[in-house]
Amino acid sequence: MTGRGRLFVYRLLFGFVLLAAWEAASGRLIDPFWVSRPSDIFKYLWGVFADGSIFGHLAITLYETFVGFFIGATSGIALGFFLARKEVLAQVLDPYIVAFNGIPRIALAPLFIIWFGIGPNSKVILVVTVVFFLTFFNTYAGVKGVDVELKNILRVMGASERQILFKVTIPATVPWIATGLKISLPYAIVSAVVGEFIAASKGLGYLINYNTSLFSTTGALGGILILALVVVLCNEIISRAEAYLLRWRPRENGRKSNELY
Amino acid sequence: MPPLLSLNQVCREFQVRGRQVVAVDTLDLAVEEGEFVTVVGPSGCGKSTLLNLVVGLLPPSAGRIVYRGRAVEGINTAIGYVTQKDNLLPWRTLVENVEIALEIRGAAKNERRRRAGDLIGQVGLSGFEDHYPHELSGGMRQRANIIRTLIYDPELILMDEPFGPLDAQTRIVLQDQLLKLWRASRKTILFITHDLVEAITLADRVVVMTSRPGRVKHIAAVPIPRPRDVYQIHMSSEFREVYNKLWNELRPEVAPA
Ligand SMILES: Nc1ncnc2c1ncn2[C@@H]1O[C@H](COP(=O)(O)OP(=O)(O)OP(=O)(O)O)[C@@H](O)[C@H]1O
Ligand SMILES: [Mg+2]
Repeated sequence: MTGRGRLFVYRLLFGFVLLAAWEAASGRLIDPFWVSRPSDIFKYLWGVFADGSIFGHLAITLYETFVGFFIGATSGIALGFFLARKEVLAQVLDPYIVAFNGIPRIALAPLFIIWFGIGPNSKVILVVTVVFFLTFFNTYAGVKGVDVELKNILRVMGASERQILFKVTIPATVPWIATGLKISLPYAIVSAVVGEFIAASKGLGYLINYNTSLFSTTGALGGILILALVVVLCNEIISRAEAYLLRWRPRENGRKSNELY
Repeated sequence: MPPLLSLNQVCREFQVRGRQVVAVDTLDLAVEEGEFVTVVGPSGCGKSTLLNLVVGLLPPSAGRIVYRGRAVEGINTAIGYVTQKDNLLPWRTLVENVEIALEIRGAAKNERRRRAGDLIGQVGLSGFEDHYPHELSGGMRQRANIIRTLIYDPELILMDEPFGPLDAQTRIVLQDQLLKLWRASRKTILFITHDLVEAITLADRVVVMTSRPGRVKHIAAVPIPRPRDVYQIHMSSEFREVYNKLWNELRPEVAPA
């Protein structure tokens, strides 16, 4: 079996052991009222997928996450490139950017709901504020860190500033942007759900909150499980995209660990 | 006819943590069109700084650099520069690195690939076209660094210890190739090396620099006829004569007094 296939099997096995332990403990060590049990949760999940009632909630949460992620990422990347070329402006704005980023987003969530209503818009904005800063900081650091010698080599060859942007600055910044996107994606999902917790009429966060208020730990944990799966899936997609885009980078396991250069 | 390139009383200093370091001091040098000039000098004497000044990446602190009768300000794109470090773009494969200057000039893709492929073959890198720089050895990267400058045919080529990281055998093969290329194209080359044998083998004239601050100590013409046999040249008596003369100039600069 290939290393990848074996890893996948080990991962499945580990998850299965966790679920089995939970199933065994529930009802024997702990009252299922508090922790439910995997078999009940899967029955619940089967039910909501079979009757389709989950899809509306899932769609809303995914919509909030991805629209917010897209707007936040594009504006963060754009501002990162822009400010990296405007030294003075960047220095003027620096304390404000740091201050805004320091505000706990959970403190802003109720305000956004007042301003933008209990619909998806307030959650989208919340996601934007999280993703924007993470991608901005990474892009800015990436553009600043571009090797000047590589730019000079192209200048000597007669490249225009525009060509240098596309042939050096952008490719050199891609790893930084990828890191920014990768770390902000789970935060994006969490922000959308937190927004729904505070006030919403639809979405996975709303569903979890609603089930909790009914003391249905099965429903709450089922919702959480769906969220966890969404995060893992998104992360896998981003990792694959990253591996493709950064195929030019030396991989840590490419060289043997006992080599020196 | 005025020389292609001349440096008149050129100085360059650096501020390093409040201390002033003079890298190049009142340096005078003229290079004629079609000439092959090599520069030897001890490590840290300002050879790389000299090339950065010539290409216009660094402005001189004092003095004038004149190219084709005109004072140079800013980067001079008529000049090609093979840097001491290979500086390949890590996100481009070997062939994409070699062809980048043609890409900048808007050459068609198949034309670019054809010329890059020719040069890659000439320096023995065939089969590695699709490798990324981190998948190549130091010497392979350096060969790529050399041919990506040759590919766009600049009229003056600066080379900063281009064969430094290569083994002795490859070095001789590439010296031979460089001389053939130069004879065919009649380019002007300003070539830095720390190897006196290499300097004499290649050059019309050898420039010896003093230790830092770098100045021209001595210039010697190499009266060995061309075409030269790089494999045998160091055995000839003319070679010995030039070598001994230059070594006497260079020795006090490299050996601590
Ligand atoms: N950007 C810089 N900032 C400060 N000092 C510099 C800079 N570039 C060069 N120097 C100094 O100028 C001197 C000459 O450096 P240079 O790189 O030109 O030497 P070199 O002759 O090329 O040496 P080598 O043969 O080792 O490559 C050195 O003492 C170095 O410390
Ligand atoms: Mg040097």
